[in-house]
Amino acid sequence: MESEIPGVEPVSDFLLELRSEEIPARMQAGARKELEKLFRRKMDTAGVAVGEVTVWSTPRRLALIARDLPDATEAVSEEAKGPPEGAPDQAVEGFCRKNGVTRDELEVRDVKGRPTYFAVKNIPGRQASALLAEAIPAIVRDFSWPKSMRWGAASLSTESLRWVRPLSGIVALLGDDVIECEVHGVTSGAVTLGHRFHHAGDITIGNADDYAMKLRAGHVIVDHVERQDLIRKGAARVAEEAGLTLVEDEGLVIENAGLTEWPVPLLGRFEEDFLEVPPETIQLTARVNQKYFVCEDAKGELANAFICTANIEAADGGTRVVEGNRKVLAARLADARFFWDVDRKKTLAEHAKGLERITFHEKLGTVADKVERVTRLALWLVDTGVVKPSDEGSGAETQLYNYVQDAAALSKADLVTEMVGEFPELQGLMGGYYARAEGLPNEVADAIRDHYKPVGQGDEVPTAPVTVAVALADKLDTLMAFFGMREEPTGSKDPFALRRAALSVLRILQANNIRLNVRHAYRIAGLLLTRQISNRALGNKIEDDFESARKLGLLDPATIDEEGYKKTLLDEINASGVAKNLEIGEERLPNFFADRLKVQQREAGVRHDLIDAVFALGGEDDLVRLLARVKALQSFMDTEDGANLLAGYKRAANILKKEEWDGGKDLSYSTEAAEKGLIDALDSAGPKAESAVAEEDFAAAMSALASLRAPIDRFFEEVTVNDDDKAKRAFRLDLLARFRDAVHQVADFSKIEG
Amino acid sequence: MRHLSTDASPGLTPGHPCAIARDTMNTPMQQPAGRDPKSSFQDMILALHDFWSAQGCVILQPYDMRMGAGTFHTATTLRALGPEPWNAAFVQPCRRPTDGRYGENPNRLQHYYQYQVILKPSPPDIQELYLESLRVIGIDPLKHDIRFVEDDWESPTLGAWGLGWEVWCDGMEVTQFTYFQQMGGFDCKPVAGELTYGLERLAMYIQGVDNVYDLSFNGQGTSYGDVFLENEKQMSKWNFEVAETDALFDLFNKAEAECRNALDGSVPIAAYEQAVEASHIFNLLQARGVISVQERASYMGRVRDLARGSCEAYAEKMAPEWKAKFPEWSL
Repeated sequence: MESEIPGVEPVSDFLLELRSEEIPARMQAGARKELEKLFRRKMDTAGVAVGEVTVWSTPRRLALIARDLPDATEAVSEEAKGPPEGAPDQAVEGFCRKNGVTRDELEVRDVKGRPTYFAVKNIPGRQASALLAEAIPAIVRDFSWPKSMRWGAASLSTESLRWVRPLSGIVALLGDDVIECEVHGVTSGAVTLGHRFHHAGDITIGNADDYAMKLRAGHVIVDHVERQDLIRKGAARVAEEAGLTLVEDEGLVIENAGLTEWPVPLLGRFEEDFLEVPPETIQLTARVNQKYFVCEDAKGELANAFICTANIEAADGGTRVVEGNRKVLAARLADARFFWDVDRKKTLAEHAKGLERITFHEKLGTVADKVERVTRLALWLVDTGVVKPSDEGSGAETQLYNYVQDAAALSKADLVTEMVGEFPELQGLMGGYYARAEGLPNEVADAIRDHYKPVGQGDEVPTAPVTVAVALADKLDTLMAFFGMREEPTGSKDPFALRRAALSVLRILQANNIRLNVRHAYRIAGLLLTRQISNRALGNKIEDDFESARKLGLLDPATIDEEGYKKTLLDEINASGVAKNLEIGEERLPNFFADRLKVQQREAGVRHDLIDAVFALGGEDDLVRLLARVKALQSFMDTEDGANLLAGYKRAANILKKEEWDGGKDLSYSTEAAEKGLIDALDSAGPKAESAVAEEDFAAAMSALASLRAPIDRFFEEVTVNDDDKAKRAFRLDLLARFRDAVHQVADFSKIEG
Repeated sequence: MRHLSTDASPGLTPGHPCAIARDTMNTPMQQPAGRDPKSSFQDMILALHDFWSAQGCVILQPYDMRMGAGTFHTATTLRALGPEPWNAAFVQPCRRPTDGRYGENPNRLQHYYQYQVILKPSPPDIQELYLESLRVIGIDPLKHDIRFVEDDWESPTLGAWGLGWEVWCDGMEVTQFTYFQQMGGFDCKPVAGELTYGLERLAMYIQGVDNVYDLSFNGQGTSYGDVFLENEKQMSKWNFEVAETDALFDLFNKAEAECRNALDGSVPIAAYEQAVEASHIFNLLQARGVISVQERASYMGRVRDLARGSCEAYAEKMAPEWKAKFPEWSL
């Protein structure tokens, strides 16, 4: 249309606007992507080349502009090669069906001397307008929303159109011409609507170029990026004008841009008295409930101001709007202050009694029960030196023990406070505030506040010993309890967030270089749970039980090994049926940790097969040590010695496997040189590797292994294992088994890939 | 004033689902002499009645049972089922025992009013109609920031859900706006639009009052507190402290049994009433704090079974009749 110059393809700009009742803010970004994707897909299928595409959204419309769309597609000829002449009828007919041609239309051509059928389809060029008229209804029908609905008279049938909210209008213009189409009763045109309140009547769009401008005249800024920018800058400006600094919040910027077509940031003040409640609660209620920004004063402290984003330019400059919003916020803050005051009338210890009313899980008792287990487990971590005080002064351990006891016992108390009831995301944080308010030591308050950490990937990992003990115990108890109840995650289902709990345990162990045998911890946690169950039946208190068990040394890590554990735990509760599940859980949890470790270490470039290789040896339940060993192994595998040793190992293992060799008798046999070399090397490397592993000097263990490389290579070069002499053969197989076992002291090389 | 009729949709021509009168849309509605929705709670309600009546709605009186929300009114739940057009508006007193504050909280009440409008099928200009109703009670959208903020609705108890918004006026939620998609586990065919106005909130906003008890009830010297303060004090005390819990448990069981009896007798409307009753008794037991967390889920499940069972039975009982009137419709 614009360009009729010979040799230049005529092109036009295309505008599509889909108008709707208010689209949820959170869905608009996805909808823009979906619109562009579907448009490109339809055009691609139709053979229309699409260049630059711009997509905009407001709460009431989605818009797409495609620049320089060709006015027509070129005629194309498509051909498909089919079966050779003389092929069975079935095959030929199938080919015809697939290509939409009749048998008469097939051409026969020569392919490498063979007459072969060809289907040739001449597709004529089509007008873009016709293609778009087909594509637009298809885009609307195929559009995928996170949630969609039916509406109106047409919804008498469930076959009626589904859209995020009722679809109310379509503008479709190619150049200056309307693309006429209809979707479920909505017909396209050139007419749209402006701002809901600022603009009465229709707006007729001329073409893609005047669209944004005409909407702007109708008080609609259609470009979401521009609205975001207006909000970002406008909010910062009104804050500055009030002598304050905006607390930036990009999520709020985007959300408010998704709620407005004509955003006007307005600053209001709330009563200064409200600042006595913790600033997080003010910020949270302002942001979550009202979508307001907050501000800081020159000292960086939360100011008594909020910024709302109106969707109108109010006649009075927004005085009434601000006043209305202030009242709403004041009511919410009054609630928060009420909660803050009421909650502090009780101590956390008093609140904690309320935990008896909250079920943790139907099989696992109340939250109070959980707190009891967490407390005992946290104390066990301190008692056994897994978690150590940060300084060594006299009494440091006793102090740590006491702090951990208090912090763990109060860790969940805030769950029954009014404030956390209203804002669950403040769990922990409020406990910390309340602990400080009642004068508990900072170590205890910090531990209550931080014991859920680390929550997400970027979250900080606790390092204060009191916090570490409580945080670890909380997560270990959860893991043990659900594994012990056979409620482990399956596939994508992880309703109790056990993967996250395990990952958090790993991160705490690693960040603090804590040596913990997870199997022992599992057993202690399991012991606590089962004792809790049996004690409840007997009416005993677990504190007494725990103390007596402690005095008897039953909780000592040395005796919690097989014997003591079985005696104290399994025999006692065998009848309850819990024991079996606990045993299964004990086998599964370490594997679960190993899997988490693999996922976690993948990003750090640690090979998962090497984790398997170390883990497969069994008995490695200390995850920090496991990782150190894996890392040493990985360095070794990167060396030539490592690669060659692996080759030798695989050869040996294959032979042993093939022969199903499971060790032989002692045979008198005079060895050949290559055999002697390997024997000597094993005599030397075996004990070296063993002691190096015991001393956790994994680099030394690897170099002990490296010393086997040359002898094993030589052995394979010079010696035939499968000798006719049965005695020789048996001896050599034994020797290979010894070699394999020596390697296994360090890692199960059969798990290593490559 | 029209009365509730069992006939389909008085005021509308059956088969013409969008037969809503449009005469108020172009000229702002005139208030009768002496009426002032801006300074009288009851005038605000009357203005809404006038407005929605002019749109062809049946103006109903409240359901004569204790219920937690206007949605429980049969004019909403049961009428949302089936193909027949239905347009109704009514005030429904709502009972939320746990929200009681002994008359001491300026905006929390255990008894308050909702204004419900149900339009089936949802008319294409439902949002404009709603905004016009705000103008009628004195809210000018060029002075006040009106926003439609995503808020979907779900009632597992009723086997119902819908998509819509909470409508904000200067940041305050004044209305719940829902397009019902399912009710009683059935797809709504056609979809009904439901508007639920929080009357006290709106009135506080319009009258510029910070305490609900300070609202002018009639514009002639009687306040909301004069009408309801003592009621709130006594009912809060009864809900939280006095109500005999053994009797409540007994009532719950009896309502449940009677619901089943009514279902057996093929009178699902009566069954539904017993489900509503059981639901309220459950709320009272909650307020008395005698239902443990474990038991809570089980009680909720029992109420859900009753409510959904009644809705299903109603839909199934009515289906042949509906089908006869609307051959293209199916349950």
